[in-house]
Amino acid sequence: MTAPVDEPVLSIANLRVAFGRRSEAVRGLSLTVARGETHCMVGESGCGKSVSALSVMNLLVRGATRSADHIRFQGQDLLGLSERDMARLRGDKIAMIFQEPMTSLNPAYTIGSQLAEVFERHRRSGRRRALDRAAGLLERVGITAPGMRLGQYPHQLSGGLRQRVMIAMALMCEPELLIADEPTTALDVTVQAQILRMLQKLQHELGLALLLITHDLGVVARMADRVSVMYAGQVVESGTVPEMFAAPAHPYTQGLLACIPVPGTARTGEPLGSIPGVVPRIPPGFIGCGFRDRCAFAMPECAEPVPLRDAGGDHAYLCRLQPGWQQAAA
Amino acid sequence: MIPIPVPTARREAWRLPALRHVATLLGALIVGTAVVVAIFAPLLAPHDPFAQNLDLRLIPPVWMDGSQPAHLLGTDQLGRDYLARLIYGTRVSMLIGVLTVVTSGLIGITLGILGGFYGGWTDDAVMFLITCRLSIPLILVALTVVALVGSSLTVVILTLGLLLWDRFAVVARTTTMQVRNLDYIAAARAAGASRAHILLREVLPNIVHHLVVVATLEMALAILLEAALSFLGLGVPPPLPSWGLMIAEAKEYMFFSPWVIMIPGIALFVLVLGINLLGDGLRDMLGTRLER
Repeated sequence: MTAPVDEPVLSIANLRVAFGRRSEAVRGLSLTVARGETHCMVGESGCGKSVSALSVMNLLVRGATRSADHIRFQGQDLLGLSERDMARLRGDKIAMIFQEPMTSLNPAYTIGSQLAEVFERHRRSGRRRALDRAAGLLERVGITAPGMRLGQYPHQLSGGLRQRVMIAMALMCEPELLIADEPTTALDVTVQAQILRMLQKLQHELGLALLLITHDLGVVARMADRVSVMYAGQVVESGTVPEMFAAPAHPYTQGLLACIPVPGTARTGEPLGSIPGVVPRIPPGFIGCGFRDRCAFAMPECAEPVPLRDAGGDHAYLCRLQPGWQQAAA
Repeated sequence: MIPIPVPTARREAWRLPALRHVATLLGALIVGTAVVVAIFAPLLAPHDPFAQNLDLRLIPPVWMDGSQPAHLLGTDQLGRDYLARLIYGTRVSMLIGVLTVVTSGLIGITLGILGGFYGGWTDDAVMFLITCRLSIPLILVALTVVALVGSSLTVVILTLGLLLWDRFAVVARTTTMQVRNLDYIAAARAAGASRAHILLREVLPNIVHHLVVVATLEMALAILLEAALSFLGLGVPPPLPSWGLMIAEAKEYMFFSPWVIMIPGIALFVLVLGINLLGDGLRDMLGTRLER
């Protein structure tokens, strides 16, 4: 199974995830992640980022239904795969890191046994070889004295160390695609920076395709090649990082950027930008822009189907406003 | 940058908080003794527990007048050595306790984990079974079964084993529900673990310390129930030496030879107490280790 050279590692087309008849969490998401590329998904909580990631793994909770034109991994469509074949891919070719390092490790087993197990399962390897590989990987993710760590239990490790262990675990079988769901959100800033740098280094070394989910535009700026801004289950704006940060085209992206205080520029007393309201719950069959109830530029026609506009290059956004509207507004 | 040396590999010493608890230690001692006695009964018993000697009936134990040094705890109404019968009785009690807990544990834990993990109609079915089981009067069913099938050790074990699983199921179900939504279960699924693997290796080890406590409670209960059934003449058939049977046989002589009813009664009390003390201690120990 060799994919063509220009075939992206992951390609999602028109993904929809619904929770019964009450809400549709993802509405027609499309994105691609190429080998060696970092694709960031940004947005507030409840935008459907995690749900999208979980539906790639087919790990959605019961009651959620997913549909898509295709979810292709290395040219193979994951939609038609049986649970058994999917389980064979998980942890092997596709790995995932979760947000909460404090609870993502099983408290009943040592670090070594949890790391080794993944490798034993997918590679039919013996314990000794798996532990050797685990020790090697712990060293690569920047853990000193890996031999000692292998014999320890999760409660003996700090949050930063646990997240490193989780990353090592994800890399045990040399995956092609790594999905990281807010991997640094629960950590403090210094550890966050270390983890991100380490992740970036490993990605370059291993040629990983990285799908990074975050709500932090700072993380996007330092990590991403491409960005998809999600709002209410849709990608409202996508493009390369320079394009996006130079000229954010969707009012939501602008709002997100305005929420970040820039040290030195932000003055005390001056109100920090914020987007009023919360992400709405969108029922199936919803038409129009999902952001219209919070948007400063909303017009009656925002309740009609919204066009996807080209802002030049790979840059595209989903809004009634014409390209170049920013200048006109200013 | 100047590296700071990392402390060398030093495994945390296995802490035994139980040592602080005299009660736990006492429980462990009692249960340990019972296990040893049960296993080595033929070596420990001074006499054949079935050998009758009608010339030496109802001899009092060694601390009373009229005792005989050959019979430390005296003899029963048929002249059988009481110490030997007590020792072999340990075997019956422990056998029933352990096998009943294994049988009911297998049933209850399987049902409880399945119901708790999968929820939905699986859980409804499990809850229905538990409710059904709880509405069955335990002693009456045991009596009926024994009356229909006849009494034997196997029948008592099977009957109790098939009836005592409800608490295992309830505890396994609720604890599984607490565990199933934790991140490490999701992480295990994301790492390609199979359903069986998740239930047996991710969920079970994290609820087992709750189940150990249930196991000790059920074991004590099973031993008491066997004694009760034997007392009613529907448990272990004579002449097999069971503590309950010994009490039943002794009740006609209790006014003139009170020790014949007191000795097996005390043995029963001490063993059940020991099991319960050990259970409490184990809960503290395992609980603190896993949740520290």
